[in-house]
Amino acid sequence: MDKRTQIVEIITRVAGKPLPADPSESLFDSGVLDSFGLQDLVTELEHIFDVKIPDGDLTPRKFESVERIENYLEEHGK
Amino acid sequence: MAFLKAFGSYLPERVVTNAEIGARVGCDAEWIRNVSGIDERRFARTDESVTDLALRAAQDCLERAKVKAGELGMILVASGSSERQFPGPAASVASRLGLTETPCLDMPMASAGSLFGISLASRLCASLGPILVIGAEKMSKIVEREPMERGVAILFGDGAGACLVHPSNGFAKVLDCGLYSDGAYAEDLKLPFLTPLEMNGRSVILQASRKIPRAIATLLEQHRRRAADVAVFLMHQANQNLIVRVAQALEVAEDKFYSNIKNFGNTSSASMLIAAAEWSKTHRLAPGETLCFAAFGAGFHWGALLAEGSDA
Repeated sequence: MDKRTQIVEIITRVAGKPLPADPSESLFDSGVLDSFGLQDLVTELEHIFDVKIPDGDLTPRKFESVERIENYLEEHGK
Repeated sequence: MAFLKAFGSYLPERVVTNAEIGARVGCDAEWIRNVSGIDERRFARTDESVTDLALRAAQDCLERAKVKAGELGMILVASGSSERQFPGPAASVASRLGLTETPCLDMPMASAGSLFGISLASRLCASLGPILVIGAEKMSKIVEREPMERGVAILFGDGAGACLVHPSNGFAKVLDCGLYSDGAYAEDLKLPFLTPLEMNGRSVILQASRKIPRAIATLLEQHRRRAADVAVFLMHQANQNLIVRVAQALEVAEDKFYSNIKNFGNTSSASMLIAAAEWSKTHRLAPGETLCFAAFGAGFHWGALLAEGSDA
């Protein structure tokens, strides 16, 4: 399974809602994630991708869309 | 050595339901309950000031402690909604308690103010004597600033809480505290002069969900205690969903976190002490049992404090 598919699966599981078709579309503006959903998503990303996301990286913007999440993981060697 | 002697509180009479506040910002009562755990909050009268609220909580606390105002070595008031830039409400509260020379300190800290206040008082009371710590907020006049923002307006309420920190006796001995601040997040929760409160709720929840459990766990570990051994957690009443997340992160039952946010909303610096005052009316901390305070707020400032039941 490629990374994007994994990310989409994780978000779908956490949010329990269908994702926007455009991977650059905001998961917040589209109503997929609320504040607590975002926190659950970060926890799941850390678990599934075996990555520790430090507090300083924990800004909503970095995890706002599928594309941004993918970029963040790539930047951290995942 | 410092002890928690008594708590006190004051809530204004006017109940503002979710239906009432929801109608003003375009959302329904059920949605507010789901996203916050809040059913209603209190709003002060227009002629009630932060000082008025603080005074009533102070009087309740002193009465419960059976301590006279003249015995106080200091008064410390945390408030993010004070009417004036200066002076803050602390000296006015002291004056209305009949005090003319007792030193007072204002802490314009919002939600973590009471926690920082108790921590400071526990270090100062050995030299100054009993210190009255108050958290008092009139958030209604802030949330009603136009344009009213839904995510802010539904959360906040008015009220005041107080705690008497005593150098020689009380129902609980202060063991230690862990306080933290990180100004990198100052823009994520702020109240500029005369404009509406600005909150990046996602950032607040993300950071609070991590930092509060970590502050508690670090302190417990330093004192070789487990979260499961804590008799009660008295946490800033920011959002019921956040309280639940913190309990889950610490792997303790949710009901160990005393909560009254349903009835009073988020009263910022006052909330932790309002919850403590309500808890103490129906609960007693047995000698050796552990109480844990925790708070997180604008700054960001956050931390935790441990106290142990005492028969001193």
